[in-house]
Amino acid sequence: MIPAKFDYARPQSADEAVRVLAEAGPEAKVLAGGQSLLPILRLRLSFPELLVDLGAVDALRGVRQERHDLVIGAMTSHHDVVEDPLVRLHAGLLARAAATVADPAVRHRGTLGGSLAHADPAGDLPAVCLALEATMVALGPQGWRTIPASEFFVDYLQTALRPDELLTEIRLPLTDGWGFHYEKFQRVAQAWAIVGVAAAVRLTPDGGTIAEARVGLVNMGARPMRAHLTETALAGAAATEEAIGRASTLAAEDTHPPTDLSGSAEYREHLARVLTRRALLAATGAA
Amino acid sequence: MTDQLTSPAAGREVGRARTRKEDARLVTGQTLWTDNLTAPGLLHVAILRSPLAHARIERVNVRSALEREGVVAAFGGRELAEGLGSLPCAWQVTEDMVLPDHPAVAVDEVRYVGDPVAVVVARDRYVAADALEDVWVDYEPLPPVMDLEAALAEGAPLVHADKGTNRCYTWPLASGDYAAARAAADVVVHRRHHQQRLIPNAMEPRASLAVPVPATGEYTLYSSTQIPHIVRLMMALTTGIPEQKLRVVAPDVGGGFGSKLQVYGEDAIALTLARRLGQPVKWTESRSESYQAQHHGRGQIQDVELAATRDGRLLGMRVDLLADMGAYLMIITPGTPLLGAFMYPGIYKMDAYDFRCTGVFTTRTPTDAYRGAGRPEATFAIERTMDELAAELDMDPLELRRRNWIGHEEFPFTTVAGLTYDSGNYEAATDRAVALFGYADLRAEQRARQANADPVRLGIGISTYTEMCGLAPSRILGSLRYAAGGWEAASIRMLPTGKVEVITGTSPHGQGHVTAWSQIAADALGVPFEDVEVMHGDTRVAPQGMDTYGSRSLVIGGIAVHEAALKVVAKARTVAAHLLEASEDDLEFADGAFSVRGSPDARRTIQEIAFAVFAAHDLPEGMEPTLNAEHLLDPDNFSYPHGTHLCAVEVDTETGAVKVRSYVCVDDVGRVVNPMIVEGQIHGGVAQGIAQALYEEAVYDDAGNLVSGTMADYLVPAAPDLPDLVTDRTETPATSNPLGVKGVGEAGTIASTPAVVNAIMDALRPLGVREIRMPCTPERIWRAVREAAASGEESAP
Repeated sequence: MIPAKFDYARPQSADEAVRVLAEAGPEAKVLAGGQSLLPILRLRLSFPELLVDLGAVDALRGVRQERHDLVIGAMTSHHDVVEDPLVRLHAGLLARAAATVADPAVRHRGTLGGSLAHADPAGDLPAVCLALEATMVALGPQGWRTIPASEFFVDYLQTALRPDELLTEIRLPLTDGWGFHYEKFQRVAQAWAIVGVAAAVRLTPDGGTIAEARVGLVNMGARPMRAHLTETALAGAAATEEAIGRASTLAAEDTHPPTDLSGSAEYREHLARVLTRRALLAATGAA
Repeated sequence: MTDQLTSPAAGREVGRARTRKEDARLVTGQTLWTDNLTAPGLLHVAILRSPLAHARIERVNVRSALEREGVVAAFGGRELAEGLGSLPCAWQVTEDMVLPDHPAVAVDEVRYVGDPVAVVVARDRYVAADALEDVWVDYEPLPPVMDLEAALAEGAPLVHADKGTNRCYTWPLASGDYAAARAAADVVVHRRHHQQRLIPNAMEPRASLAVPVPATGEYTLYSSTQIPHIVRLMMALTTGIPEQKLRVVAPDVGGGFGSKLQVYGEDAIALTLARRLGQPVKWTESRSESYQAQHHGRGQIQDVELAATRDGRLLGMRVDLLADMGAYLMIITPGTPLLGAFMYPGIYKMDAYDFRCTGVFTTRTPTDAYRGAGRPEATFAIERTMDELAAELDMDPLELRRRNWIGHEEFPFTTVAGLTYDSGNYEAATDRAVALFGYADLRAEQRARQANADPVRLGIGISTYTEMCGLAPSRILGSLRYAAGGWEAASIRMLPTGKVEVITGTSPHGQGHVTAWSQIAADALGVPFEDVEVMHGDTRVAPQGMDTYGSRSLVIGGIAVHEAALKVVAKARTVAAHLLEASEDDLEFADGAFSVRGSPDARRTIQEIAFAVFAAHDLPEGMEPTLNAEHLLDPDNFSYPHGTHLCAVEVDTETGAVKVRSYVCVDDVGRVVNPMIVEGQIHGGVAQGIAQALYEEAVYDDAGNLVSGTMADYLVPAAPDLPDLVTDRTETPATSNPLGVKGVGEAGTIASTPAVVNAIMDALRPLGVREIRMPCTPERIWRAVREAAASGEESAP
């Protein structure tokens, strides 16, 4: 459990980090909280030549509100996301889901940006950010660019970030007043979700109809995904148990879940349907 | 639970919930684990392990590893084997048992993923790890042997081709006429239970540090082991280092659960390299290595049959086991399933018992003792099958047990398996557990949920277990063909100031012997608890011992401390009588002082006597100037803790998720030395037993790869995954030792697994589910429910 040899850089700013990355080329790897990267290195599943540790880049930490966006620095720890009053107020689903990540030790070290950039489809937060229609802000040698969450997660452990780009911020549209729930199914508390479902629901002002429903699926394919058919079926539907139940039967359509020690693809598809129903019922208060 | 603790008599230590002397040091990190130790000129070993389950080794090339800067030496198995014997198995269970050669580093063939193939020695640990990538091994793959039944078939590929068979042994035990019992039975229930392989997961992985003194040929081996004494003997035999030149030290050891009750090749590798290179050599295991190369536990297929009358009286039991040995026989690999052979009848009376166990070689990591070692498997089999019999008879499973268990007035009782249980009160423990559990209310809720077709079902599981502790009377071990005895040693040194050193042959690695032995010694000697130090785990300090495993330490080692202390008191009495000019018979010993009956002023404390003996100015004629004493205790019988565990689970039939809703355990471990330690043992043990029921399994694929090779895939539960335990005790003293103690190290693990699985089955049986395999994963439960529904077996509530 000893990593192969690597060089180490600890830049003091995001600009410096990007410079170091650009010089190092594709064999460099960004170290955020290290909760996924270090185990991979110790198991010798990855052999980067350089680790660029963002631990000293304080500007990447913290939460602020900018007009209709909540802006979370990529190096903000899960723990700080969970505890942050702005996140709780404007993106309650994210706070709820982040509180289920692994255990307290991991939540104090692990970061939101690290989790998204690692893009593990079994991770809780990529699917949550997808459902919340987050925008990723990346800094590269050519400057800033924004990437919608729907284009950010490309494949298994792959994002739209270029090797010389750094994820600096996550911008979330405010979801004040939305109902939300994160339904995580796992065998032990510290394990990854076998399947997770993040649901956010906006009801019409009279509360009787679902204006918009978003459903993010964890561990149902190579990337985090949305249950589009379920979402479509619920747009404008009555906020009833029956309508939600019917729409949830579509949750596993177009998914490609893995078969592994925690569960078969068939079981995951079943779980996706059950958990989507439960998450949506909880999010609408119809449970 | 403090309100339920035994309240000790005034001034008595035994029975007090003393906080552990060990803990301040351990929790503040003021100790040294083996990996923390170093020595001048220390070299580091890394071990290259086989990535294949079974292959012929064509060639091992270490040349490029040797070229790496910092590498001192590198050897394949053939080069390392010179002067090194086969690793030992101490238990030839039958005359014709097949005992394969077991080199510390594979020579011709690798036989499991993780089998060592080469070693690299370097000046630092990082270089050694890197250099493994420079070692080239050519393998010619051979077929893996993974299935126990297929392995016994004619023409099956062989794990050890030279042995001509994968059958290691077949060991029978028969008592009474089972065929007649079966013929007379109204009901015969047969079940096949699978005891999945488990990985012990001690908190501290293994480490070995071998320090040579080349000028004298002396060696000190520091090893994270449960058994320093046995390691010393076996390493002397294996490496050829003379026993008197070899000292073995087990420093603070971070858990074992049986996994460090082993004589591992890595100890032999460290000693051999230290001898060859003349420098200290250290090896420290990674967690991944630990998963592959530390022995595993369980791994059995159990065919169990109970024959009974219609009114629920047991007539007999038949057990046919297939036990997975893995690739090699380690120290007690073949004997481990047989430790359970005597426990299958559990607490029940019956007239016939027919047991057979066949050990089978496979291309997997060797198995050996894991917490409970044979007894959890036995208890699972009887307790699970009793519930199935109760279902067959349409009888409450508690009632079935009541009709068959040994009544408290029937002790001592010789069971059909031939053991004599000295004491017990199953009625009392069960009544207490039922009251704490709220049995009737839970049954009512269960019926209501069933009537409402609630997707979340309730199930109640029962386990009325007993176990055998205190391994073991040497004559019994001899009759079972085990190579050594089961005695334990203790000595007590009275220092001139009246302080006390206790030297024990047990080797604690988390059990709290330092605290418990202090309590025992303090009581017997009448000295303060704080005045006692306990030393252990170093063959130079504690030269004799049989070490710690099998819940033996208290009932043998602790009693040896008590007996040694009584010898000290007897010597002190002689001195006191001399100094007080009284007859020994007129002396009373209380609160650490001798006084003459009728003249309370004529008094000498044991501390005063200790100094007088040290000064030796005025001793009884012929007396040596010492109060020190030693006692070696060989027990007459095992001890038999028992108890009743009740578990309620909620099973979500939609997802297959199981939630343990409540768990009550009432254990009878005899007289309790330290209730807090007992409580801790029960909590940890129950957690491990629940883990087998719900979470843990060493999973291999068909090619023989350990696919649950990290903690991400091998699920060890933590606090959030476990229920709050309601614990209580009854106290029926053991009659086999003067303190009435029974041992508690394995009880929780033995009791809890069947309680949980019985609860799950109790929830699912009305849905038509007939069997569920461990671990009872959500998917397995979901499938079982779905298949039962498909076959339309749901019975009316």
